[in-house]
Amino acid sequence: MTALLDVENLTVEFATRRGTVQAVRHVNITVAKGETLGIVGESGSGKSVTSYAVMRILDRAGKVAEGSVTFSGMDITKASESKMSEVRGREISMIFQNPRMALNPIRKVGHQIEDVLRRHAEAGSADARRKAIDLLRQVKIASPEERYHAYPFELSGGMCQRIVIALALACRPQLLIADEPTTGLDVTTQKAVMDLVVELTRERGMSTILITHDLGLAAAYCDRVVVMQKGEVVETASSEAIFRAPGHDYTKKLMRATPRPGIGLRDLLPEPVASASGETAPAAPGDVLLKVVGLVKEYPRKGATRTLGKLFRKNAAGDPDAMFRAVGGIDFEIRRGETVGLVGESGCGKSTTSMMVMRLLDPTEGTILLAENDIGDIPARSFASHPYRKRIQMVFQDPTDSLNPRFTAVRAIADPIMRMSDIHGRAAVRARCEELAGLVGLPLDLLDRFPHQLSGGQKARVGIARAIALDPELVILDEPTAALDVSVQAVVLNLLQDLKSRLGMSYLFVSHDLHVVGLLCDRVIVMRSGEIVEEGPTQQVLNAPKADYTRELLSTIPHPPV
Amino acid sequence: MTSAPVESSSVPTSPLQVSHPAGGSRFGETLKHARYVVTGNPVTGFAFALFVIIVGAAIFGPAIAPYDPYASDTAAALQSPSAAHWFGTDQVGRDILSRVLVATRLDLTIAVASVALVFAIGGLAGIAAGFVLGWTDRVVSRISDTIMAFPLFVLAMGIVAALGNTVTNIVIATAIVNFPLYQRIARAEANIRREAGFVQAARLTGNSEFRILLTQILPNIMPIMVVQMSLTMGYAILNAAGLSFIGLGVKPPTPEWGIMVAEGASFIISGEWWLALFPGLALMIAVFCFNLLGDGLRDIIDPQRRT
Amino acid sequence: MLQTLAKRLLTVIPTLIGVVIVTFLLTRVLPGDPAAYFAGPAANAESIEEIRQSLGFDRPLPEQFISYIGDLATGDLGNSLSTGQPVLAEIRARLPASAELTLFGLLLSMAIAIPLGILAAVKQGSAIDHACRVLTTAGVSLPVFFTGLLFVYVFYFLLGWAPAPLGRLDIFFSPPPDITGFYLVDSLLVGDVETFRAALAQILLPALTLALFALAPIARITRASMLSVLSSEFIRTARASGLGTGKVILGYAFRNAMLPVITTLGMVFSFLLGANVLVEKVFAWPGIGSFAVEALIQSDYAPVQGFVLTMALLYVALNFIIDLLYSLIDPRVRIEA
Repeated sequence: MTALLDVENLTVEFATRRGTVQAVRHVNITVAKGETLGIVGESGSGKSVTSYAVMRILDRAGKVAEGSVTFSGMDITKASESKMSEVRGREISMIFQNPRMALNPIRKVGHQIEDVLRRHAEAGSADARRKAIDLLRQVKIASPEERYHAYPFELSGGMCQRIVIALALACRPQLLIADEPTTGLDVTTQKAVMDLVVELTRERGMSTILITHDLGLAAAYCDRVVVMQKGEVVETASSEAIFRAPGHDYTKKLMRATPRPGIGLRDLLPEPVASASGETAPAAPGDVLLKVVGLVKEYPRKGATRTLGKLFRKNAAGDPDAMFRAVGGIDFEIRRGETVGLVGESGCGKSTTSMMVMRLLDPTEGTILLAENDIGDIPARSFASHPYRKRIQMVFQDPTDSLNPRFTAVRAIADPIMRMSDIHGRAAVRARCEELAGLVGLPLDLLDRFPHQLSGGQKARVGIARAIALDPELVILDEPTAALDVSVQAVVLNLLQDLKSRLGMSYLFVSHDLHVVGLLCDRVIVMRSGEIVEEGPTQQVLNAPKADYTRELLSTIPHPPV
Repeated sequence: MTSAPVESSSVPTSPLQVSHPAGGSRFGETLKHARYVVTGNPVTGFAFALFVIIVGAAIFGPAIAPYDPYASDTAAALQSPSAAHWFGTDQVGRDILSRVLVATRLDLTIAVASVALVFAIGGLAGIAAGFVLGWTDRVVSRISDTIMAFPLFVLAMGIVAALGNTVTNIVIATAIVNFPLYQRIARAEANIRREAGFVQAARLTGNSEFRILLTQILPNIMPIMVVQMSLTMGYAILNAAGLSFIGLGVKPPTPEWGIMVAEGASFIISGEWWLALFPGLALMIAVFCFNLLGDGLRDIIDPQRRT
Repeated sequence: MLQTLAKRLLTVIPTLIGVVIVTFLLTRVLPGDPAAYFAGPAANAESIEEIRQSLGFDRPLPEQFISYIGDLATGDLGNSLSTGQPVLAEIRARLPASAELTLFGLLLSMAIAIPLGILAAVKQGSAIDHACRVLTTAGVSLPVFFTGLLFVYVFYFLLGWAPAPLGRLDIFFSPPPDITGFYLVDSLLVGDVETFRAALAQILLPALTLALFALAPIARITRASMLSVLSSEFIRTARASGLGTGKVILGYAFRNAMLPVITTLGMVFSFLLGANVLVEKVFAWPGIGSFAVEALIQSDYAPVQGFVLTMALLYVALNFIIDLLYSLIDPRVRIEA
């Protein structure tokens, strides 16, 4: 049976300031009719570039240097631009990550769908509107006649992605390429979007290419999987085969590094390293380190009438309509030596909570006690110069954003030492920085580099070194591995665990990823809309959740077969 | 005790992310990148050479001028360019080449003084407004909005007319008129970085807000401000020349490019083009040079913003 | 819609207040004795004292401010020493000349700059792109008065194509009836083609000078904005959907790219209104700019203040219209309010 799409020996080159770079090298991929193929890889694997080459929407600086792409018997690498423009959208469609940005911000979504319909002569002016509304209905958008007139900024991320899917499927293409379509969406929305894609493509007998870094996603939705690394295909096999018996070393490494139920932290690491590192003895939790009682954070609602309202109504604080409750009165504790996970989807209030505990934000109401000391009382503004500042530190989510681009790594790590410790003098500070670098596994020669010269994992280590520099008692980890590749995440999570036992710290681990939380945390707190819906030991919450919401969260996370 | 798994020193995580050479000081890297930009782009190299010439003319102008710029010689009036007078002579017989050379110093000084002044005041006000927000922001933004309510050259005219017809007042007027631009750029940059991860981290490590402003924010916005300063130099020269053209600020017989063009304007209709052309060309070349330099600087400092 | 209009009008009020305060201050910070300035160089001590009392310079500053506002409300901008006429009357008479010149220059400029910017962005790296970049960098470097003079020299003196730069109409022609005050429009409205051609011939060179001046920033921002929009994600989606090049560039990209261009128009107007003054001087154009410049030379201050105030008010009005235009095109601004 001839394949629908045949990528043969494809090599894509980019002209950069430092010469030609091969992003994709001698890649062979086939997609059969009706098949769902997953292309899996970490950042820099070339998976997206391959799909761009197939669609012929490469950047100006990129070109196909070798090989060919054949679609339905036609060589598309050699096709003219006008022919390609007919193929795109009609035969092959693509959906991207970041759905709101993928739509024209100043054009009604209904009109955008009509544009595609008209372009491929699927509708004339008479029935374009009807067909557009019909498509909206097919992608399960409620009140499609009204939503037709909406602008992208008025819709949620999930809805925008449905519109993008509608655009892609409007002309009934044979092949759909989905490039990380669920990145940036909530877990529950992710499942809804993926289920929709699967339903619609199977209905129409379409082939799909799913490009993702998430092995769980690939396992759940694909028939066959292609694994790419540094621009090359390292393994191609059926979904079953790849996950149960991966052949290539890299695939094995990726498989191991993917958080899934029923494994321990050490199991994330590649085999030889895992067995070399001993097991860490679980520490018995000590007395209460952090106690949060009745924590509330309210924000005044934005709106045009607010200012006028302020003029006429003296006190808006008591007015329930005027205030938005980000955190609505929560209580929890963290004991010494414990890792507590704070889990929830976006908008649940977990980030706001961690900011308040961190004392970067002032609570509206409530107490925050650190080992019997009331730190909630001290305003955020003056906390920076308070001696208690040393006791709580934070590792930030985005390693790039959290490092000053003009500071070298050692300068960034030295900052807290210079500001708040007793160590003085360049030599002493430098020595302490090197000690910390050793603790986090950062090679000493990288200390004098700038952030843009470091990899994601290395930047994460710098951030961790900076956070532990003052021997804090409590470290808040704000999604510390969300921006990292899965193999790097495996290493960093293990590092965090080791540091905790070595230095006797406690962690508050904020995340949306229940599997990761399951690996690192002793206890888990689940939040939703500013309230705590469930709390308890990790095993209990993950295996026998009491709240419906927790059950829902657990069921929607895709993972590779256990 | 387990040791943390060590990551290798090799950098690139993707074939696309080409590695930078290991280590090296920031200055060394900047220099290398500068050389790449200057040699890679001949236009920037050319602009830099021009810049050196102009500064040279400003410094050495009076010394190398063949004639006294003020010396009139009515017998030799209105002579077209010749071997004796490369740029010709004006209506009272003064050598135009000498006057153009000597004027370089005055025009450049006015430009540098205005730019330095507006950078100091506008830049600082902007950073404070963008970082501290609150009342500081409101007051500074109000001031900017009020200035921006006027067409800028018209306001400069009004200020010089009101304060008095002197060169100092041209500098002050130019600075005032450029204040909103600098203030807004500085404010925007400070505001973006205000909630950046590394600023939050700095708060965690015991830095006061003021210290953060000085050590974290200011160095990060300097590159953009420097680019803007180079571009404003060109505008300041044009502004000063324009004001002199309509009789504000510089008074004859002081040699200044704008006033020389004004004096030469009435002679263009009768065909004596050299009185206005050479000072006009000098103006054009100077401003062109600063604009190209500004663009080149932008390339060095932040390649993503290349236009 | 009406609500947005009303709200925007409200934001204009503080700006107007600021303008009035600044113009007031400008009249009161003259070095030395303001009364002497307004009395003129030929005045003696007695008449200076008279002027001081009649213009109220001897009263406390807040009182002066109140009477200043009162004067403005009644349209009293003082009298011009050189012409003896009330400043307001002079400005009213000369405003159409400046307006016609500026508008014509702007339209000419946009007609060239916007297509140029779009082409340069679409065909990045081509000859047109390089030409555009050179033109814009050169354009912002040229002193506008120098360009004007060059044009006069080349097109009038050397080639003889353009008429003498002596104002709006050659002395052989009489101005068309005053309907809008714009000679080009009025002459067409009454069907007087000869006068139209004469007016066009006179306005062409100064308008071209202004156009060249405004060309640079408009082309530059159009190009930059188009480049930025063309590399955005929704254009990628549009291309991936197979939309035709024309639709993608003009329908999707251009409209989004125009938003920053419209915002920049405000700044361009600021430059244009300033450049207007210089161009009017070069071409002896009888507008308010040359009125102010002539008054300056004769140390006649009331016209200068009236000029600054008028220009500011004009500019505020223009910015308001631009703001409105922007919110018409960008639904995010409209709906969020």
